[in-house]
Amino acid sequence: MSAWLRHHWQTLSLTLRRLAGNPLGTLLNVTVIGVALALPLGGYMLLQNLGGIAQQFAGNPQVSLFLARDANKADIAALETRLKQLPGVRALRFISRDQALENLKQSENLSDVIATLQSNPLPDVFVLETGSSAADLEKLEPQLQALPKVDHVQLDSAWVKRLESLLQIGRTAVLILAALLATGLVAVTFNTIRLQILTQKDEIEVSKLIGATDAFIRRPFFHLGFIQGALGGLAALAIVYLCMRILNRGIVELAQLYGSDFRLSFFGLSDCLALLAFSAVLGWLGAYMSVSRHLSGIEPR
Amino acid sequence: MISFSQVRKSYRGGHEALAEVSFDIEPGELVFITGRSGAGKSTLLKLIPAIERPTSGTVLVNGQNIGSMRRAAIPYLRRNLGLIFQDQKLLYDRSVFDNVILPLALTGHPHKEAARRARAALDKVGLLARERAKPITLSGGEQQRLCIARAVVNRPGILLADEPTASLDSASAEEIMEMFRAFNQVGVTVLIATHDEALLQRLKPRVLALKQGRLEQ
Repeated sequence: MSAWLRHHWQTLSLTLRRLAGNPLGTLLNVTVIGVALALPLGGYMLLQNLGGIAQQFAGNPQVSLFLARDANKADIAALETRLKQLPGVRALRFISRDQALENLKQSENLSDVIATLQSNPLPDVFVLETGSSAADLEKLEPQLQALPKVDHVQLDSAWVKRLESLLQIGRTAVLILAALLATGLVAVTFNTIRLQILTQKDEIEVSKLIGATDAFIRRPFFHLGFIQGALGGLAALAIVYLCMRILNRGIVELAQLYGSDFRLSFFGLSDCLALLAFSAVLGWLGAYMSVSRHLSGIEPR
Repeated sequence: MISFSQVRKSYRGGHEALAEVSFDIEPGELVFITGRSGAGKSTLLKLIPAIERPTSGTVLVNGQNIGSMRRAAIPYLRRNLGLIFQDQKLLYDRSVFDNVILPLALTGHPHKEAARRARAALDKVGLLARERAKPITLSGGEQQRLCIARAVVNRPGILLADEPTASLDSASAEEIMEMFRAFNQVGVTVLIATHDEALLQRLKPRVLALKQGRLEQ
């Protein structure tokens, strides 16, 4: 057991020295793997962040009731009492048409346009916040629509649902991309290990002659594939992190315009470790396939 | 210790390298295999560490049948054999010391113990002072001695050498032969293939003479 561990340790240090001894080749391989993994990884990060937004809204669904243009104060008061009696209403906010116009005037880009308006085109709005789920709200919708002087009911759960299904498509796309590029990673490792086996052909032959077992000969190549995969995973994380930092500059500015403090957030530690493990295992798999394919061909003559 | 009975080896294309070869070698013997190039000396030696398998007949080494040996068992067979090749098969990107320690590294010896034994083997062949050198900087005779050090570092019971003196001057060849005799005297079974008749006249060892793949009586 201790001999086995010692050999693993010796192999590991030999592998690291070999990688360090060929810095350009190592760097190129790690970059190829890193870029290949960064594509689906970046997509996954964006989806996760967007999913977070959808979750935020879905957990607190709002309903907007746009009133008919001819609704007078009495109608509004009557409607307010009716709405307050509905089950599950947490908050009720009234935004009058004058107030809405005033809000619009605040925004720089629109003030010129609004100044040219003859009359106020905006309707009065009730914003309803409920504790019920999006599905319950949908059942409520015809009831709200039937209320007097209500012109249009808009559930924001509708766009949450649309976003949700868009995200679902996005997730499938990322999954396909990840599967394709994982295959690419295996292929890259397969080829690296093949070249490494060819360079060490003499050493393998001599090792076989002096009684090395197949396991002994294979081990350094497995280590190489594993480490190269892990380094590639690390490179992918670094690439995605850098891209996120660059994108966040613009995103924070944009979000501030909408009064939000939204920004892209990076993966947690467990996600990062899972990715490293995944890429390392893929590297090992490529090495395994390459070794199985090429090592048996080298026999002493 | 080594036993051939009715061994035939033919290669693809019908070339028959060995035919009906039978002999027994007892532990501690020193045996020469002679014959012209192409007589089958190398093929005979390659059958013992299972580099080649017999086409028919039986090859027994330490009681193990080479013909029916599983692939996975071959490394363990080879660990009890010291092999010295015609083309020396040294690793030229490693130092003399690292070449010699290689057989010990793969059997999982602790490094200290392995290093001690590697130096002892280098000392025996007179290369201890060159342990840091790369094999390419050694002379032909020194490279051959390095091969011997690597072959004996594992303390094998059987030493096989294929034309160990082929490219050497007579003084170096004599040195090499002296080493083989010394190993033989401490109980190692030694098998040497050579076409150098001059060596035989002095040593008067047991000789297996091959001619076109058959043993001459």
